[in-house]
Amino acid sequence: MLTEEVGSHQVLMLGLAGEVFALDARLIREILDPIAVTRVPGAKHFVSSVLNVRGKVIPLADLRQRFGMPPAAATPDTRIIVIETDIGGEPTTVGIIADKVHEVTELDHASLQAPPPVGMRWQPEFIAAIGKWKTDFIVVPNLERIFN
Amino acid sequence: MSELDPAEIFRQEASELMEQLETSLLDLEQSPQNQALIDSAFRALHTIKGSGAMFGFDRVAAFIHGFETAFDQIRKGRTQATHELIKVALDAKDHIRHLIEAPDQADAATGNRILAALDLVTNAAGHHGAPQPVTEPAPSGAPSANAKWRLGIAFDSDILVNGSNPLLMFDELRDLGQCDLVAEWENIPPLEDLNPQQMYLTWHGQLTMPHPIEVLQDVFMFVLDDMRLDVERIAASDEDAAIQTPVLAAPDHPALNKPETQTEAPQASEAAPALRAAAKETATIRVPAERLDEMMDRVGELVIAQARLTQLVTGKDEAIKSVAEDIARLTSGLREAVMGIRMVPIGSLFVRFRRLLHDLSQDLHKEIRLVTVGDDTEMDKTMIERLADPLVHVIRNSADHGLEDTAARVAAGKSATGQITIVARHAGAEVLLSISDDGRGLDARRIRQKAEESGLIQPGAALSDSELYPLIFAPGFSTAKEVSALSGRGVGMDVVKKTIEAMRGTVDIATTPNKGTTITFHLPLTLAIIEGLLVRVADSRYVIPLTAVEECVELSETENTRSQGRSFLNIRGDLIPFLRLRELFSETGTPDVYQKVVIVSTGESRVGLVVDQIIGSHQTVIKSLSKLHADVNTFSGATILGDGAVALILDIIQIVALAQTIETRHKAAQLELASC
Repeated sequence: MLTEEVGSHQVLMLGLAGEVFALDARLIREILDPIAVTRVPGAKHFVSSVLNVRGKVIPLADLRQRFGMPPAAATPDTRIIVIETDIGGEPTTVGIIADKVHEVTELDHASLQAPPPVGMRWQPEFIAAIGKWKTDFIVVPNLERIFN
Repeated sequence: MSELDPAEIFRQEASELMEQLETSLLDLEQSPQNQALIDSAFRALHTIKGSGAMFGFDRVAAFIHGFETAFDQIRKGRTQATHELIKVALDAKDHIRHLIEAPDQADAATGNRILAALDLVTNAAGHHGAPQPVTEPAPSGAPSANAKWRLGIAFDSDILVNGSNPLLMFDELRDLGQCDLVAEWENIPPLEDLNPQQMYLTWHGQLTMPHPIEVLQDVFMFVLDDMRLDVERIAASDEDAAIQTPVLAAPDHPALNKPETQTEAPQASEAAPALRAAAKETATIRVPAERLDEMMDRVGELVIAQARLTQLVTGKDEAIKSVAEDIARLTSGLREAVMGIRMVPIGSLFVRFRRLLHDLSQDLHKEIRLVTVGDDTEMDKTMIERLADPLVHVIRNSADHGLEDTAARVAAGKSATGQITIVARHAGAEVLLSISDDGRGLDARRIRQKAEESGLIQPGAALSDSELYPLIFAPGFSTAKEVSALSGRGVGMDVVKKTIEAMRGTVDIATTPNKGTTITFHLPLTLAIIEGLLVRVADSRYVIPLTAVEECVELSETENTRSQGRSFLNIRGDLIPFLRLRELFSETGTPDVYQKVVIVSTGESRVGLVVDQIIGSHQTVIKSLSKLHADVNTFSGATILGDGAVALILDIIQIVALAQTIETRHKAAQLELASC
């Protein structure tokens, strides 16, 4: 877990419904402009569609659903971030929608702390840590919990 | 590739050789005199022994050595390949497999017991076949007398590169009798030119042994094509003085390359064709299956890219169009070639069943003959592997329940030997695999009784015989009067059906009382590619597997409005329930004016699927959905269309099941309504 590591590592900062999330840069495979997606009828809401990334069919996750944020239409800044993460013990490629991709930056582990057990709008289990970047609060999501 | 484990290679090789050994043994049971079969079995044994010793499987080598010694009696014609002998030999083969796969659990006592049994059988059979030794080929000379042979041995220079070890062969020579060999080293180059992987030495010398010359040739059995072996008899015992050649006058003659031994030449060339045939069989490359899968994926992407290209060039100038056409042709050729690599003849699977039936016929005390047709029918290798278990279940059932015992067969005026026939054949894009027995056929009355007992059907339900038969595939159904060790545990047939359906196949059953039962699997050619019907529902496109599609009809305006209450369609007098995919997929918006119905079937039941548009047939590579969509069972996978978009593939079996639950619910609701 991030909070237990010493030093710093690179993360991708992305915006989602006005919040800033930090994703471990080691997970990221590529960042795409929005492309046509295919809805999967009957699928869970936060992975309601699939898309074609270089001949692979991958699920597209909308973290907004997991964090109880209102749905939003795509803007010129919308991107799809392709990451590889473990789902049910198998390395799986997943796309994540971001309203905006800020930058890749160094994240100092000392600035991170465990999420407070109370006083949050979000389900604490989906959050690995919270921290500060420039003037913003940032959220480090717990992808393992989110996807499993 | 670099981390290949040599022991693993040996295991793979040995497993193929053991299949060869088993086939030969089983064939030998039918035609005990066939020398080619005996040789083939012996060769397989010998190779396993040799490579086993090379990779440190010493116990395997030691056991096979004993096996070989016993088997040699058959090869020499001293004994016959009797039924008992084949049985023990098959046990021995199983023990070898055991020794190779789980050496820690293999019991030395079992091995010794098998060897003792082998010994007993070969010697006992030898007495029966007393006149056999006389038929020993005369030119080999009298076997008992010690004969002296002069040897010249020259291996090809790359013999070491091929993995052969001359020292091992010389050790074997030494075992045959008194052997004196002298190496010739004139050909060894100066040190700077010396290639340590090249063989520069040749040998000459004498061998005194009590065996015929074939035994000597056997030592070099696998390198005969890569060496020059000159053998010549020296008249130590004077009866064969005439065979002597004048070359004997110059015993130190180093020219081993001269063909000196006219007397033995015919025998060497007799052995050669068999060896060459073996060499031809092994002229293949072993490739890990994942590499083929990777290649298939790449080709799949190429097919998609090519389809996009074709879309782009429409209306462009002719030169570009013709290039695009060339690429289209090449791509489809390449795809077929790659698919071809994955295809293997199904006969490789049938071999296992011959052994199974051999054992079954002994356990059940029934005489059973297995007939296979279409062994060379090709299928995707992964499918063939997945077919093994279901086929074993069905064959066991046929042998145990289908075939009557000998007395009952004779009483019914049939031949005493029951027959199980496996037929494989291509039918369009499908492979049909049917397993038939000529036994008593299914008993509809017993099936009904059993189904009522286990609560599968209502007592007295109005079902025709042909509706009763498929019940044997229901979970928890078994008609066996007693639970036998072989079948009748109530698991099996439902698992068979599930496995076949998981491969996008279907199962049929046909039976005639007292004539027998036939179970037929309908299977796609490959798991990787699907031939589908592309349809549109609202704005999304979906693929319906073409094998499931029966016909497409238009949903007439009257049917459309009239069927609001009950979703049935009248197809030539048959009432077929239908599902509106728009509703199923919770699409909003107004449907197209002219809706189409695709009638799909899963063998027993037919369902109509209402779509907005039928786009056309579409052949493509199947991509599986990720675990995040494991809960969505209406789709079996996805595929990428020519424009790069993803289309989902409908899982017809699930959708038909869904339609049936909806229908039952509907019926129940109506019944309730009626009773009010």
